[in-house]
Amino acid sequence: MTTVNLVMAATVGVLYGTGFTLLLSRSLMRVLIGVVVLGHGTNLLLQLAGGPPGRPPILGVVPPEEFTDPLPQALALTAIVITFALTTFLLALGYRSYVLVGHDEVQDDVEDRRIARQKAPSAPLEDGNGEEPS
Amino acid sequence: MSSLLPLPVLLPMLGAALSIVASRWATLQRVVGIVVLTAVAVTAAVLLVAADGQGPIVAELGGWPAPVGIALVADRLSALLLLVSTLVTLAVLGYAIDQRIVDYGRATASTTFHPMYLMLCAGVSLAYLTADLFTLFVAFELMLTASYVLITRRTGADRIRAGMTYVTVSLLSSLLFLTAVAMVYAATGTVNLADLAGRVGQLPAGLQTVLALMLLVVFGIKAAIVPLHFWLPDSYPNAPGPVAALFAGLLTKVSFYALLRTQTLVFPREEPWTLVLVLSAATMLVGVLGALAQNDLNRLLSFLLVSHIGFLLYGLAVFDAAGVSGATLYAAHHITVLATLFLVSGLITRRTGTVALDRMGGLLRTSPGLAILFAIPALTLAGVPPTAGFVAKLALLQAGAASGPAEQAVAGVVVVASLLTLYALVRVWVRVFWGEPVPPEPDTDPDDEVLVGTARTSVPMYAATAGLITVSLAIAVFAGPLAGMTERAGVDLLDRGPYRVAVLGEGR
Repeated sequence: MTTVNLVMAATVGVLYGTGFTLLLSRSLMRVLIGVVVLGHGTNLLLQLAGGPPGRPPILGVVPPEEFTDPLPQALALTAIVITFALTTFLLALGYRSYVLVGHDEVQDDVEDRRIARQKAPSAPLEDGNGEEPS
Repeated sequence: MSSLLPLPVLLPMLGAALSIVASRWATLQRVVGIVVLTAVAVTAAVLLVAADGQGPIVAELGGWPAPVGIALVADRLSALLLLVSTLVTLAVLGYAIDQRIVDYGRATASTTFHPMYLMLCAGVSLAYLTADLFTLFVAFELMLTASYVLITRRTGADRIRAGMTYVTVSLLSSLLFLTAVAMVYAATGTVNLADLAGRVGQLPAGLQTVLALMLLVVFGIKAAIVPLHFWLPDSYPNAPGPVAALFAGLLTKVSFYALLRTQTLVFPREEPWTLVLVLSAATMLVGVLGALAQNDLNRLLSFLLVSHIGFLLYGLAVFDAAGVSGATLYAAHHITVLATLFLVSGLITRRTGTVALDRMGGLLRTSPGLAILFAIPALTLAGVPPTAGFVAKLALLQAGAASGPAEQAVAGVVVVASLLTLYALVRVWVRVFWGEPVPPEPDTDPDDEVLVGTARTSVPMYAATAGLITVSLAIAVFAGPLAGMTERAGVDLLDRGPYRVAVLGEGR
């Protein structure tokens, strides 16, 4: 049974908390930063999953018992590449939204707007919704 | 035989690369797509026959034996779903190609559509075939990244919100998936599914529950299980017709397959799973009641899609061979019928120029063929005999009836949800096809990819839709042999032995 580094575990917790908080905001830039922070937290967690750090593996300079586990590092590397690619994609999406709409705020969804209209029937239709042609 | 296994992943990837190179030659691009997917379908059929005859087929990538290396496995479940999915992607591609020819002319090639479409197919194949939890994550990313591009390309201002919701929710669930992988690895020291099946049983019961629930949440978001379904009816209706059909047919079902595979293989149960039973009843009811409240044809179909994920979950909740086998049969039927309905909806909206049901009418006079094309999948989805939906629902109900009282109670919900589905779809049929013909409305945003109201359709678009209906009818005609095969698949899934021996070798 291996023990977990408390500082690392706490860091992962803080990164997850920050990431989720940012994800809940309306601005797409904040959402993007939330995804980045959350991605860092996840990658750190993957590293933690490999157990305590050890000597460099595979090179053959130390006996296998002292190796650090290389698999989580390989997994984290793959995950970093994927998160990076998707971050740039989100960035492009945010820019597209800024160009098209003038801001990068996430708008109300269709049901929200429909309920708002039932409360105040004179409220204007913002843009295409369930009843509008598409 | 095992050398065939990488083909369903490799061929679409190579095809995607070739489509980028061939982005100036429109015809070559189209031929590449069709040929590649046909080859994958043939491979899947061969794998299915072989897996049914001689047990799971395994390929070890790079020559490293599992659990060190990554293994690809085709057993009855994965080969069957791979075959059905590929037939659907082939038909939808035919439809999409023809829609593009109608809209943009024969000479216009696409730099993004074909490559992304084939990459999505590669991701779907990899998700079905992999025997490794982390490779499953990579497969989902492959599939989802392609889907992000497909859902956001050429969007107008009013649709970009839907794309954002979809991308953000999918990203979140992917990061949770990665978290679950890290947790599983920290607890067991392996990510190979067959190896996990042996090791997870030795963990403390509480830890097993945590890992099982994490994976349930992850795949629950991706498969749109109530209460994690909210993103789906918000994003799918905003995708262009063929893309919505592709997503509706495949993405949620691949997630359900991953849920079925991990829960049966890694976290086996003796008793029915009460939590999933409750979730399945909630999914069925929330989905179908949501559908009844809609006036937008595509949103209505999206809610019905959510509702019928509940039927799949019901089979998993019963957690015996009959239940799992029923869920497998239902998944095969569900993939074809939802894709068909979204394709028909695409044809309808091109005729009417609107998705609002109260502004349509009289299509029975202007295009009677469409009425038949809509009626057959609608009756199939509702489960009217003798369609494939009836056969699949009967298998689920029989499994539930043979189980405990709670399962029998939820079997009542299955029947109610089926009747409400029928009601919702009959309402659509009456609104769209009955009454006085309404002239088509003009396209409000000619720039975006979602073209409605052009009133232009072509024979191959109808032919592709009819082809999918044929697949669905074939499931009904061959229901006997198919049910036999899914029963054997269900027994295999709960036995776990053949899969583990095939991946790890004897004596593990």
